[in-house]
Amino acid sequence: MDEFSSELYEALVSLDRLRAETLFQQAIGHKPPMQVIEELIVPALEQLGEKWNAGQIALSQIYMSSRICEDMVERVLPSMASGRKGHRHLAIVVLSDYHLLGKRIVLSVMRASGFDIFDYGRMDVDELVERVLADEVKILLISVLMLPAALKVKELRSALDAKGSRVRIAVGGAPFLFDPDLWREVGADAMGRTAADAVAIVHRWMEEMA
Amino acid sequence: MTSMQRVLTTLAHQEPDRVPLFLLTTLHGARELGLSIRDYFSRSEHVVEGQMRLLSKYRSDCLYAFYYAALEVEAFGGETLFIDDGPPNTGMPILRRSEDIDRLEPPRVAETSCLCRVLETIRRLKERVGDTVPIIGAAISPFSLPIMQMGFDRYLELIYEQPQRFDRLMAINQTFCVDWANAQLAAGATAVGYFDPMASSTIIPRDLYLKTGHRVAMETLARINGPTATHLASGRGLGIVDDIAATKTAAIGVSALEDLAEWKTATRGRLTLLGNLNGVTMRHWTATLAESEVRGAIAKAGRGGGFILADNHGEIPWQVPEDVLLAIRDVVDRWGCYPLDWVE
Repeated sequence: MDEFSSELYEALVSLDRLRAETLFQQAIGHKPPMQVIEELIVPALEQLGEKWNAGQIALSQIYMSSRICEDMVERVLPSMASGRKGHRHLAIVVLSDYHLLGKRIVLSVMRASGFDIFDYGRMDVDELVERVLADEVKILLISVLMLPAALKVKELRSALDAKGSRVRIAVGGAPFLFDPDLWREVGADAMGRTAADAVAIVHRWMEEMA
Repeated sequence: MTSMQRVLTTLAHQEPDRVPLFLLTTLHGARELGLSIRDYFSRSEHVVEGQMRLLSKYRSDCLYAFYYAALEVEAFGGETLFIDDGPPNTGMPILRRSEDIDRLEPPRVAETSCLCRVLETIRRLKERVGDTVPIIGAAISPFSLPIMQMGFDRYLELIYEQPQRFDRLMAINQTFCVDWANAQLAAGATAVGYFDPMASSTIIPRDLYLKTGHRVAMETLARINGPTATHLASGRGLGIVDDIAATKTAAIGVSALEDLAEWKTATRGRLTLLGNLNGVTMRHWTATLAESEVRGAIAKAGRGGGFILADNHGEIPWQVPEDVLLAIRDVVDRWGCYPLDWVE
C-alpha cells in the first residue's frame, strides 16, 4: 500500500471525512476514477478488513468508513455508469434473516470498489431463487447473522442446482466466522471474513468467468 | 452442594465441589414439550415445564428465564417474527426515523403482557426450586437495545452523528432496563444477565465505548438491585476488561474467539468467567470432541473458582442435539470436580 493509500486508511479509521475527501479529490485530479479506486480506495479498504479480522478495529469503524468511501465514489462514478464493474451479473442479499448491517457494509465496500451490484435486500429461499434466475445472476453474495439463516444456504443451493443455475455463491457473517467449515457444509463456493474479502472473491471469479 | 451453593461459591472466587455448568438452553424446552417455538413461548406454564424438564435431564446449575431478545422490543410495541428452528427476530424497527426517539416512552413493566409472562415464569420456577437452583433473568442493555429498536446501521449513525438524541434514547432505555431487571429480581430471579453486545470491542472502539455504553452501564447496573452478569454475546471483550470490572458486574460472558486463560489472568478475583464453548461448532461435536473442549475450558479457567462453564453466546442453538449436551454434562461430572489436580 502506498503512502497516499495509507493516509486514506488513517483518515478512514479515525472517521475524518474531510481528510478522506481531500485525498480523494487530489487523486481524481490526476487519474481516471477507476484507477483511483483501484490504487487508493481498494487498498485502504483491504487494510481496514485486515485490521477488523485481527480484532484491531471495530465494526462501527468499518461501517462508517465504508459509507464515506461509497459516497465519494458514487459522486464520480454513479451507479450504472459505464466504468462500473459487474453489471447485471452480481447481486447481494440477506437470506432469511433480519440483520442487515453486514450486507450494508459489503454493499458499500463493493460500490466503493467500483462495482455495480443488485441489492436484493432481505429474501427467503423461494423468492431468491426466482430473482437469481430471472436476473441471470452469475455471482451471489449472501450475508447472514443467525445460524438458522446460514443453514438455509444449503436449501438455496439445492434449489438453484435443481433449476440448472450455475451461480457462484459467496457467504459471510458471524456463523461462518465461528465455524470455519460451515460454508462448505452449506454448499457455498467461498466464504469472506471481511467486506474486502468479498471484493477479492468477486474480482477472482469475474476473471475466471471472462 | 446444591447448585445455588456451587454457583455462589465460585462467584466468591472460591472452589466449590465441582465446576458449575450453565447449559443456557431456551428453545430446547419447546422440543421437550413437543411444541413449536411460538407456542412454547406463548404461555409461562410451557416455559416453566420446559425449564424443569431440561434441569432434570442435563442437571445444569441454573434455570434460565430468558425467552428471546425480541421480547423487549415487543414491549415497546414492536413485532416478533417466529421461525421454526431458531430464536425469533424483531420485525420492522419501531424507530423508523431518528425523530421518533423524541416521542418514545418506556413501557410500564407491570402493564406489558409479554413481560408479565416472563415474570410469572420466574415466580413459578422459584416456587419449584426455592433457593436450591439459581434462576437467571435477562435484560438487554440500554446501549444494545437500539440495534433492534432502530436497526444497526441507523443506530451507528445516531451514535456518531446525533449525540443529543442518543442521550435521550439511553435515558428512556435505562429507565426500562432498570425497571425490567428489578421486576425480575423481585419475582425471584437470583441474578440478571445484562446483555451488551454493543459494548464489545468487536462492535465499537474502546474510546467511543467509554463515552457511551460504559457510562450507561455504570449508571444502569448501579440501579439494579441484585447481581448481574454482563454478556457480550460472542463479541470480544479483553480490550475492555478493566472497564467491565469497573461496572461492578459479577460475571462476564467470554467469546469463543478469545482465550479463556488470558481472561483468567486479566480478571482473577474480580470477575467470574462464563464461557466459552462454541455453540455453532457444538452441533457436530462427538463425545471425544466434547471432552476435549470441556476439559480445555476447565483447565484454562477452573482453578480457584470464579468460573462457570457455559456456551459463548448466552444461548445454545436449537441445532445442538441432546447427545452433545449430555456429553458435556458427562465430561463436567468426570473432569470438573475440585480440586482440579489433573490441571497442570
